[in-house]
Amino acid sequence: MRRKGSPWQGLGVVILKELSDHFGSMRVRVLEWLVVLTALAAVYGAIQDIRAVTAEDPFLFLHLFTTAREPLPSFVSFLGFLVPLMAIGLGFDAINGEHNRRTLSRILSQPIYRDALLFGKFIAALTTLAVSLIALWLLVIGLGLIMLGVPPGGEEMARAFLLLVVTIAYAGVWLALAMLFSTVFRSAATAALVTLGLWLFLTVIWPALAPAIAEAVVPSDDQATLVITAQMLARLSPSTLFGECVMAILHPTTRTLGPVYLDQLQGAVMGSPLPFWDSVMVAWPQIVGLVAATILLFVGGYVVFQRQEVRA
Amino acid sequence: MSNAVIEANGLSKRYGTAYAVHDVTFTVGAGEIFGLLGPNGAGKTTTILMLLGLSDISAGRARVFGHDPMREPLAVKRLIGYLPDTVGFYDNLSAADNLHYTARLMGFHLLDRRKRIAAALERVGLAGVADRRVGTFSRGMRQRLGLAEILVKDARIAILDEPTNGLDPQASVDLLALIRSLKAQGVTIILSSHLLDRVQSVCDRVALFNAGEIALMGTVDELGRQVLGGGYAVEVEADGGEGIATRLAALPGVRNVAEPAPGRWRMTCDRDLRGEAAAEVVAAGGRLHQLSLDRPSLETIYTRYFQTREVPHAA
Repeated sequence: MRRKGSPWQGLGVVILKELSDHFGSMRVRVLEWLVVLTALAAVYGAIQDIRAVTAEDPFLFLHLFTTAREPLPSFVSFLGFLVPLMAIGLGFDAINGEHNRRTLSRILSQPIYRDALLFGKFIAALTTLAVSLIALWLLVIGLGLIMLGVPPGGEEMARAFLLLVVTIAYAGVWLALAMLFSTVFRSAATAALVTLGLWLFLTVIWPALAPAIAEAVVPSDDQATLVITAQMLARLSPSTLFGECVMAILHPTTRTLGPVYLDQLQGAVMGSPLPFWDSVMVAWPQIVGLVAATILLFVGGYVVFQRQEVRA
Repeated sequence: MSNAVIEANGLSKRYGTAYAVHDVTFTVGAGEIFGLLGPNGAGKTTTILMLLGLSDISAGRARVFGHDPMREPLAVKRLIGYLPDTVGFYDNLSAADNLHYTARLMGFHLLDRRKRIAAALERVGLAGVADRRVGTFSRGMRQRLGLAEILVKDARIAILDEPTNGLDPQASVDLLALIRSLKAQGVTIILSSHLLDRVQSVCDRVALFNAGEIALMGTVDELGRQVLGGGYAVEVEADGGEGIATRLAALPGVRNVAEPAPGRWRMTCDRDLRGEAAAEVVAAGGRLHQLSLDRPSLETIYTRYFQTREVPHAA
């Protein structure tokens, strides 16, 4: 049975309302300050470190993102850790919040489809994240320009920009996950706890667990299969995918993210950087993986939401 | 009914094997106030959600101004204003901003919205607090804000789910006055409630829900005849006079006369016999103090109906 009318009707209105909610909310302000302060601390540490070494590296600017100085981790490690937190913070009460405020049936009795509400909320939260990340990114670049005194090259900027895009996709995964659980669980606290638990599991425990599982299922004499299986399993975690993307994009010498085969080494000058597009090709499966995970999780949330009863 | 705006035909909602609503059929005419009554969980809200297209219909069909809520929910929702049971608003936004959001979803332009919202808030008596955060509103104010939303929407049909639930007496009297003024404007109203005297005072017709089915439907008088076995009860209070009881009992159409207290007679008759009874009292030389006709109250009908059915969870 086909329904009449556009599923996008009211989408713009929902997006604008949610955006103004996000930017006006205390929660987003706190999360933004958290991200900005920790990230800047990391970048400042990196700058101190970079200035101490000679500036011979052609990709000096990229070290801004990857250099860690004790006791702080690097800027990208911070992103890998804090972006999920921020995305979960924006998404964990998206749908159950409307249920609990008892606004859902009132809003859905207006001439819009549920599609518009869910998609509008997702777009608005992702836009909020993107705006924060872009601002942060510009801040870091600016800080690097001032304190390093070396202008970045075109390729460095391209790589830094790709990092930004990948980070937004990474945020999308966690946002979609948080919104899925906000639809499944009626209590916002439960949804937040489950999402945070899953995040900790996927980020901290899963990378350690993957080799153990691989060892259990693969015969021990086949070392290559063992390594590959462990890596494949680890890649089920978006954090691993993000880490590998960062590896390929910010370390131009990275030739492959899996085991190195002999034919890949043929004619290669060890330690020489890959051209930009070759690095993109190395990270391409990971990037696609992040986007696909976002879409899958969103579709999951969509299906649950469409089938859900409106009444409280 | 020729001018029916809402038609439900064999409407059913099934969860697994259990029916929440089973084979419900009714029509609501234009400009009518139609009451849905029944204990909690009898299927009133589910029926409403099916009419709005917010809940899938398992079987049967519904039409709202000829539109199918399953296939054309947007057209249906454009025509119906819905005030949910315990309506909620965005507490951090002002009353006017809350209405602006839903008015934008309706597609009204800014100037149009401002005019409509100002007028609606004025009408429900919230003009003075238009810019206050809804978080500070009392329950009665929220309900009125919900009605204001229906006014802004300029809905042809208003569906109000338990509108007077949890309101203090004054607030619910005010709300019912607003509902009557909506009717005067030509809006068709569906009202669900279990507060019977309130419903009786505004509804033209009612449907009594029980365990997902409509047990009784009609005007309050019709229901009274069906459930209470019909008949009119006329009470006479008089003193003096001779043999009033005999005279009253002799009137054509009187079934019996009881004397619950000295000087008070209660007659059960087939029609309204107040005039004849007064004449008899006077003819007997008595002085008439009071003469009254008991209208069947919804409360009595409801209680009697559920007593005879022995429904375990009747409210």
